[in-house]
Amino acid sequence: MPDKPMPDMPMPDKPPAGKPKAATRARPADRVFKFLSTSAAVSIMVILAGVALFLLVRALPAITAGWSTNPELKSGVTGGFASFWAYVSPLAFGTVWASVIALLMATPVAIGIALFISHYSPRRMANFLGYIIDLLAAVPSVVYGLWGILVMRPFLLPMQEWLNAYLGWIPLFSGKVTSTGSSILTGAVVLAVMVLPIITAISREIFLQTPKLHEEAALALGATRWEMIQLSVFPYARSGVVSAVLLGLGRALGETMAVAMIISPAIIASFRIITEGENPQTIASNIALNFPIATGMQRDALIGTGLVLFVISLAVNMLARLIVNVKPRKKPPKKKVPTGDGGRSPAEAAVGAAMVAAVGAGADRDRTSEGGLL
Amino acid sequence: MTAAANTLRHPAVRNRLTTRQLPKRAGLYTLIGAFILAAAVQGLTGFNWFGLLAFTCMFYLPAIYLLSLVKENRRRAMDRLIRALVTVAFGLALAPLISTLWTVVSKGLGILNWEFISTTGGAARINPDTLELVSSSGALQAIVGTLQITGLATLFSVPIGLLAAIYLVEYAQPAFWLRRTVNFLVDVMTGIPSIVAGLFAFSLFTLLLGPKAFSGLSAAVALSVLMIPTVVRACEEMLRLVPADLREASYALGVTKYVTIVRIVIPTAIAGIATGVTLAIARVIGETAPIFMAASFTDSFNANPLSGPMQTLPVMAYTGYKFPGQDIDLSNNQAWGAALLLVLLVIVLNLVARIIAMIFAPKTSR
Repeated sequence: MPDKPMPDMPMPDKPPAGKPKAATRARPADRVFKFLSTSAAVSIMVILAGVALFLLVRALPAITAGWSTNPELKSGVTGGFASFWAYVSPLAFGTVWASVIALLMATPVAIGIALFISHYSPRRMANFLGYIIDLLAAVPSVVYGLWGILVMRPFLLPMQEWLNAYLGWIPLFSGKVTSTGSSILTGAVVLAVMVLPIITAISREIFLQTPKLHEEAALALGATRWEMIQLSVFPYARSGVVSAVLLGLGRALGETMAVAMIISPAIIASFRIITEGENPQTIASNIALNFPIATGMQRDALIGTGLVLFVISLAVNMLARLIVNVKPRKKPPKKKVPTGDGGRSPAEAAVGAAMVAAVGAGADRDRTSEGGLL
Repeated sequence: MTAAANTLRHPAVRNRLTTRQLPKRAGLYTLIGAFILAAAVQGLTGFNWFGLLAFTCMFYLPAIYLLSLVKENRRRAMDRLIRALVTVAFGLALAPLISTLWTVVSKGLGILNWEFISTTGGAARINPDTLELVSSSGALQAIVGTLQITGLATLFSVPIGLLAAIYLVEYAQPAFWLRRTVNFLVDVMTGIPSIVAGLFAFSLFTLLLGPKAFSGLSAAVALSVLMIPTVVRACEEMLRLVPADLREASYALGVTKYVTIVRIVIPTAIAGIATGVTLAIARVIGETAPIFMAASFTDSFNANPLSGPMQTLPVMAYTGYKFPGQDIDLSNNQAWGAALLLVLLVIVLNLVARIIAMIFAPKTSR
């Protein structure tokens, strides 16, 4: 456990009304440094606000314009839509739809992998296996896009033809089946591969934080390993896994290149997953494909759709964080161990660690030391 | 001997812990059996790696479940089934990783040579001697662009990220509103879609500089938006690992807070910080969409990040496929070459990060 890095406890941020004692008075260099670091922290707020503001300023003209009368908006990439909202809603649908399909595939596998690494694989290899999964996150998305085109499309084609031929009566698999494999299903499979490592990394960290005594108690009562996991690991990890999935969703919503390169789209809302040229388009991929050929006002419209994507993914991420930050109701009765992280919940600490682990920096830490929570 | 004696004395009572259990290596033998069976099926239908592994799983999963169900009990059978399933899940993740790396290496190796790295190339250009259109392969413009844009982004993000982390860990009170807000916003910022960062940089620069404001600097700003939260989180985790004893010892000697941070805390955590920053670079170096938005793309050489479109490796991989030049094969090959270079860069950065972490393993008394 990291020790308590709060040596400044007796020195509150705002000094009390009385004059500080001479011995603790900050020197000029001290003040400058504190000012610098505080303004760096504030600049993060400014940057985030700036992102929202500049997108809004650029997008507002296109959002408020009359789409049927504006000469630029009624032709080209934005042609044929009554208003901005008519343009963006099928795109928003496509974004969520592709991400949900991807998550439906990725979540069970990711939880399986996390369990494998945390509770089934040999202890010595756990770190290494975790590192391999983190490597999946290191591969650039454009490489996944190229891989999806070259490998995944032909690989999944026979399956999609089969689904259409034999299960075509299900609306999901109906429609004219793809001939190249550029369906939303193929795109979602590649998306699933890309969100897999993030869900795995966070779930793994949380599974590892299950109090050792809970696990050992279950085993001592004669539970098999799987029963032990059901009894002690899952209840402890539930909220963390939910937020891991939501963070994966956030990643999938914003993914651009793989989708733009693989799916053959149209701006429609359709639940069919194995067609071609009639797949709902995602916001990010629509921007990437149309931005270079769009003209001034059309670009503003695309920036407007980007703003909608920003809001959607912000909402998903905030929801995930709120779930993480809720402290577990049943805290094991124990004396409070000072952790120096301002009372972060175990899940929050795990997500923090996993965020670092997902970029690898925390991967060398001793995984088992988390048993020290008890 | 004693076991035999027990059995003799109480023939009805046996060791109930070990009876009704599959032999120790039953799982392995079943797996080998399933593999042989799968190979036999493949012999009939024609061989491919995926089919072989899929059939092995298809035979192994029910076999181990039924064996255990018959010899052991339902609970153990379930346990064995789950164990097999999570192992399969791991294999499922491994397959795309191996397949991706294999595809990139096999497709890209053909084009990757010194000429590709050291010359500017791309779509058709006019040969001044013969006045013919020629296409040449080369990625120098993309390599220079990648290094410049990523370097600039690092230059922007590391000071802001490190200082913000210092604020969060060293200065802010846990319950202070600014700390809580910044903490939350950093989390939120990690979730900004990369294309939104690109749009932000595009909007910012077009509003300030007019419509044709594509530049490497703009792309670097976009990447910084993506990089800062990663850097903050990595630095924060590392600063937290520095034991409070060190800080307290320093204060006890009368050292001021600023000197303590700069001379004690940061040097202790520097290896972790360097690792985190390297990995953050590795993450943004592969970003395509934001650079594409902010710096556009070009086939000509541009080493001035302040103006004009710049090419980078990921964008080259994308445009080479999506907007091929006249020689489509050459463009596609260029795309694969750029992809391979990019993957190599990412792997090297990851290795460097590992090595930094290993050489400067924490000397803290954890």
